[in-house]
Amino acid sequence: MLYFSKLRITLVSLVTLFLIFIAASNLQNPEDSLISKRINLGLDLQGGSYLLLEIDNGPVEVQKLQNTTTIIRNFLNDKNINFNDLRIQNKKIIFTVPEENIELVKTFFLDKENEINPYYNQYKSHQFDVTIQSDEFILMLSKYGLIEIKTSSQDQAIEIVRRRVDEVGTNEPNIIKRGNNRILVELPGLDDPMRIKSLLGKTANLTFRFVNQNNNDSFGTEMLQYEDGTNEAMVSKRIILNGENLLDAQPKMDNQTNETVVSFSLDRVGAKRFGKATSTGIGKQLAIVLDGKIVSAPVIQSVIAGGNGQISGNFTFQSATDLALLLRSGALPAPLNIIEERSVGPDLGQDSINAGIIALIIGFLLVIIFMFFKYKIFGLIANITLLINLFFLVGILTLFEATLTLPGIAGIILTVGMAVDANVLIFERIKEECKKEKNNIIAFDTGYVKSKTAIIDANITTLIAASILFFMGSGPVKGFSVTLAVGIFTTLFSVYFIARMLTAFYVIKNKDRENLI
Amino acid sequence: MINFNKFYKLFNIISLILVIISILLLFFKGLNFGVDFKGGTLIELRANDKQVNITTLRDSFNNMNLGDVNIKKFGNDDDYLIKIEKKDTTNNLIETIKKDLSLSIGDTFNFRRVENVGPKVSSELLKSGIIAIALSLAAMLFYIWIRFEWQFSLGAILALFHDVIITLGLFSLFNLEINLSIVAAVLTIVGYSMNDTVVIYDRVRENLIKFSDIKINELTNISINETLSRTIITSVTTLLALVSIYLFGGEILKGFSLAMIMGVVFGTYSSIYIANPILVKLKVSQKTILKEDNE
Repeated sequence: MLYFSKLRITLVSLVTLFLIFIAASNLQNPEDSLISKRINLGLDLQGGSYLLLEIDNGPVEVQKLQNTTTIIRNFLNDKNINFNDLRIQNKKIIFTVPEENIELVKTFFLDKENEINPYYNQYKSHQFDVTIQSDEFILMLSKYGLIEIKTSSQDQAIEIVRRRVDEVGTNEPNIIKRGNNRILVELPGLDDPMRIKSLLGKTANLTFRFVNQNNNDSFGTEMLQYEDGTNEAMVSKRIILNGENLLDAQPKMDNQTNETVVSFSLDRVGAKRFGKATSTGIGKQLAIVLDGKIVSAPVIQSVIAGGNGQISGNFTFQSATDLALLLRSGALPAPLNIIEERSVGPDLGQDSINAGIIALIIGFLLVIIFMFFKYKIFGLIANITLLINLFFLVGILTLFEATLTLPGIAGIILTVGMAVDANVLIFERIKEECKKEKNNIIAFDTGYVKSKTAIIDANITTLIAASILFFMGSGPVKGFSVTLAVGIFTTLFSVYFIARMLTAFYVIKNKDRENLI
Repeated sequence: MINFNKFYKLFNIISLILVIISILLLFFKGLNFGVDFKGGTLIELRANDKQVNITTLRDSFNNMNLGDVNIKKFGNDDDYLIKIEKKDTTNNLIETIKKDLSLSIGDTFNFRRVENVGPKVSSELLKSGIIAIALSLAAMLFYIWIRFEWQFSLGAILALFHDVIITLGLFSLFNLEINLSIVAAVLTIVGYSMNDTVVIYDRVRENLIKFSDIKINELTNISINETLSRTIITSVTTLLALVSIYLFGGEILKGFSLAMIMGVVFGTYSSIYIANPILVKLKVSQKTILKEDNE
């Protein structure tokens, strides 16, 4: 057991050198080094913001119910079926049909090929669950119908979030889905996410609608407030244009009024509608409504035919830039709420790195001094192993480009403290064996063999704890579990390959010495 | 050789009392949950002006009508930790605070760290923290059951409960904050305490096979002694690393390393004085482990 083949020695040395080289590449300038891999620093170390957004799907559901109600109305009218009392109540669509039509109407909703209530093959469910009580049809979004709504609004929202964040131009943002109604935004290097937060906090639903003085609009009217809160106006519910018709939007200085405005250009459909509306509505006020508030309501002076226009509304240059950005990137399908925010300034991150490194160095020194006094030459072997182990750990984290967090650094220091355990178990066992066995080589061999089960059991328990932490933990804590788990493997490797090789060399050289350990 | 078994009863009684006190503390005093688990806002503020002190800060914050605000010094002389209980999820709470604060004390501060956790997220985090700890205990129970016998599994798991409950009891007693990293610490304690117990158990099993005529009480004592120097050395090196984190690793890791230090101390103690007496109580003998081999 104490014999090592040349091949094995070479392989172990090569692996060791390779990982030390990788670990060391972290210290080099990225451009100069051969290896482009780096340990990623977590947001808590490099500074940055972590935002967890939740999509408020309530309005989307309501919209869906309203749309479906319209579809049902048109559909039943088309088929010349009498229906009564079509309404939305408690998130349910309810209507009644005459007795003789029930079976027919049922097929409209429950056939797999029907046009109103889509059937999802993969879930074996319709979008709406339909219950029939005597002559009353009750439609309710099914479980999968709801999931479908959530995932599709999440898909749209993440796209818009990405566009908005990209427009602001932060470096390497990380935007991912969480569950089916959340979006995680990580912004490295950004410690004050105020601007991004305010950009993400707006749905940016833009509509152009006429202001209506008299209350005779066939589409209905609503009272809306001005954005500055000073005034309100009665606005038609008829939408002349919305944000989807926008091709581009830019902040601009108006030459005549010296005011900052947002200029926009419309697509073909939009330009046509805008032209028509402005030609029929000269003298009327056109309200520009953003997220239910009136930005401004200019009086139409002349026909605007080219599809270009501008929005004024007491903007500063910053607010005009932001509005243009929001309009360019499109409207969110639903409002977003920030339900968790964690921001760390870069100076705190650097302080944490420094403190972590100092704690690591001191912890490492304390451990190796203790081990050296306790075991002398074998302590030295354990210490060399420990140092190599540390390089291994950093090397592997680099190789996988793992994310190092502050608790992750704590995990490395803890690994330093616990890694000597395996060597201690072996050394103590060898000590015991040496008392019974005169032959040093045999004593060492048995020491290694007999300590094995304890070492493996002991490490597996730590590994179990680390993996549970990995799957249940979040953010920085996950980084801790990663270093802890990787630390277990590097420890076992360094103990069984490196420490054992070093002890073997030493024991074979001093095989006749008494009280070797 | 130290006769650990002479004190089995005494320390069992002491442990039992400590566990009961801890449970009472947890029930009646409760834990000081941080922002992670209770929701709310945490701000780490650095003042760049000596004029700013805890009183001026407290006055400024009290004028903002934020409800319960807790302000304390945080490590460095110019650093303060501000905790706001108000579960405000409006998107611009922090900006408002920043503005109000610069009006009252001037632009002499910066926010080094901000954490804002909504009530929904905090209750989810708490739930997943509890599940993680329960899951790890169950996993350990299962693992030891497979590797050893159920008696060992029971002994190890009682030792774990002992460590976790007393550590949490101390956190309750001293009103130390429980946050996400404390959960990580508790899980690591579970791993460490188990690790320690397993090494002794491994020796007990080995000795059970070797000696059929030694009573379990004496046999555990022999096993503890045989592994004692390893137990001490490993505890010492682990504690050295942890003390180093506690002293030099920065303010954020203080709670984590303190929990771990407590856990390592209790874990080492419980591997000797909880895990082993249980084997004695359950009358483990050579038959217990040989039975499995015959099956």
